[in-house]
Amino acid sequence: MNIYIRSSACISPQNTFGSDLALAGLTDVIEYNGTRLKAIEPDYKEYVDPKLLRRMSHVVKMGLTAALKCLRSGDAEMPGAIITGTAYGGMEDTTTFLTRMIQLDEDMLPPTAFIQSTHNTVASQIALFLKCHHYNNTFVHKGISFESALLDAILLLKEKESDNILVGGADEMTDTSFTILTRLGLYKRQPVSNLHLYETKSNGSIGGEGSAFFLLTDKASENNLAELTAITTIYKPTDVKDIESRVMLFLVDHFLEMDDIDLVITGKSGDAGNDDIYEQLNRSLFNNTDLVNYKHLSGEFPTSVAFALWLASNCIKNKMVPETVMERKTKERAPKRILIYNHYQKKYHSFMLVSAI
Amino acid sequence: MSSSVYVTGRGVISAIGNNVAEHLKSFECEGAGIGDISLLDTIYRKKLPVAEVKSTNKELSAIAGLPADISRTALLSLIAAREALNDAAIPDLHSFRIGFVSANTVGGMDKSEDFFIDFLEDNRKGKLKNVYDHECGSMTEIVTDQLGIKDFMTTISTACSSSANAICYAARLIKNNVLDVVIAGGTDALTKFTLNGFNTLMILDKEYCKPFDEHRNGLNLGEGAGYLVLVSEKVVKTLNKKPYCKLSGYNNSNDAYHQTASSPDGTGSYLAMKGALEKSGLKPSDIDYINLHGTGTPNNDSAEGTAIKRIFDPHYPPMSSTKSFTGHTLGASGGVEAVFSVLAIKHGIIYPNLRFETRMNELPFEPEKRFLKGQKINHVLSNSFGFGGNCTSLIFSGI
Repeated sequence: MNIYIRSSACISPQNTFGSDLALAGLTDVIEYNGTRLKAIEPDYKEYVDPKLLRRMSHVVKMGLTAALKCLRSGDAEMPGAIITGTAYGGMEDTTTFLTRMIQLDEDMLPPTAFIQSTHNTVASQIALFLKCHHYNNTFVHKGISFESALLDAILLLKEKESDNILVGGADEMTDTSFTILTRLGLYKRQPVSNLHLYETKSNGSIGGEGSAFFLLTDKASENNLAELTAITTIYKPTDVKDIESRVMLFLVDHFLEMDDIDLVITGKSGDAGNDDIYEQLNRSLFNNTDLVNYKHLSGEFPTSVAFALWLASNCIKNKMVPETVMERKTKERAPKRILIYNHYQKKYHSFMLVSAI
Repeated sequence: MSSSVYVTGRGVISAIGNNVAEHLKSFECEGAGIGDISLLDTIYRKKLPVAEVKSTNKELSAIAGLPADISRTALLSLIAAREALNDAAIPDLHSFRIGFVSANTVGGMDKSEDFFIDFLEDNRKGKLKNVYDHECGSMTEIVTDQLGIKDFMTTISTACSSSANAICYAARLIKNNVLDVVIAGGTDALTKFTLNGFNTLMILDKEYCKPFDEHRNGLNLGEGAGYLVLVSEKVVKTLNKKPYCKLSGYNNSNDAYHQTASSPDGTGSYLAMKGALEKSGLKPSDIDYINLHGTGTPNNDSAEGTAIKRIFDPHYPPMSSTKSFTGHTLGASGGVEAVFSVLAIKHGIIYPNLRFETRMNELPFEPEKRFLKGQKINHVLSNSFGFGGNCTSLIFSGI
């Protein structure tokens, strides 16, 4: 069975949401100086009643709005299922409730932050907004939260129990989580320009956040963006050789070899400790293919790979790759097969294969 | 594609026991695990009853073989998951593709609470080790590493239906030939965060909870972990024992009514039960026992009861809420109660709904009050419903 990406929508620190031409916002990208990128908030009121918006946290607004735009672009009113991936869930509300609980010694706490702190809030708010009673699930597995959601969506289509599966990744960064993650060494200590992120060669990346949603279907249509040909994840590979052989196996499973891949999008993040793997692969297995990076635009966070899938599907649909993401360009023709390879803190690795329809 | 998914192992820890055998004993002597708070450091000691696992982190770490300073959520998870895997006794385990699908709602929150006290004073302070494993996925990762599983893991979080969804997902991974063996269920430790959260919602009973009683006043929080080992037909052929039962039906539906409240007619619960019955090919009259979600809140029990009436009227199978023993173990409850459902089939038992006195005015049925042995139980329906309208029902069937 072929699985297609019918439509997509993405909220990120770049202008990925506003235009009807998805990639238009990446012609001139926004430069940030610092160690953290914040998502550009669209005019949510175009999608959601302001009365409802007032009660929603940042991640819920980003998730719900991206989901609604994705449905609109896919001409779908009611999805057959709603599946989200989020590593941090309602981080803002969790922090608020935890802080009040400690500061007020557990006394006289308001319930709102607790209610919205649960990880399934984005998926359930989408269901509530659409009055959608169908399958609803939320995956919360660190650096493969989005990949897990995507795999569930693929299984649902294969089971032929539903169509038009709405699947997305959403994570928010708060001042508190950013401070803690920086102390844990995930982000840089010195400000950098995101446009020179990969030249820094220091430890840590730049923080990010965002939400990207996709409508998956098994029905062929010329309106589909791309085919989601395959996805797999691996945990703690032994070394780069192991990763190489897993990539090869992944391709062979789909009767392909590296020469068939026009473009590789890697999860290079400007973190010297993490980028080492990409540098090695770019010189070995990925030596003859064009290369694209995206984390200078999205920032680094556990579900950032949803941004990469959005980028890949829209590059294929629009038959072009924005110059602002290219690391190595040798071919002039539009990419027909894109491999996305990302790893999160070296533990969780994922490959996705996106093809022209 | 494996058309059937079999249950070959089960493990559980809760306020009424650290393993399956202790649970069976507690059920038979009708001993609830609810009482005064003795371990959690909170102002609600002696004010709100809870169902604590009766072991300190140090004691749990000795059973689990993990350091005592990691999250209690991971300690509980490893103890129950390992019991389940050992119980499954799959002779050639590592020749199969094995996965761990676990659920929880607040990850390492118990440790994050400690971190936050110092962090709020000065954001350069707070022991980083205590917040390193804050994420829900970290609990799963710690246990996966301990069990030596490499092929697959993921974590699900859909509030109180989390681990029922983990079991559904595991079954689908087997049916789709992604994996052969999956340990599936969930874990949650009591935390100040959840105790205070539920308290602000004013749905905690200050007395011992009375699920499905006209005079019920709310739930008691509990903690624990429960896992099943699900396997494909191919794996069953290699076993030296008969599987306990099959997972014959499951359904995930959404109530889409309110973030925390259930719809008055129990739409989500109704759709989940109906969907699970359709999946299993069974009629309502085939069900021999319902393990209720039965939290004891006025809202849940009324919605769930109404949905049961819509499906089962006029022939009601015996039913009970085992939360009257274990409290509401939140993200673990679907896994814990799946274990109880499997035990009901294996041992022919029906659990009593403790403290039940008065039938709800709106319902023409009531839960079972006695512990019953020697019953012929072939099909068990287990309900798990959560915030966000996430409703899931599972059906287990004897072989």
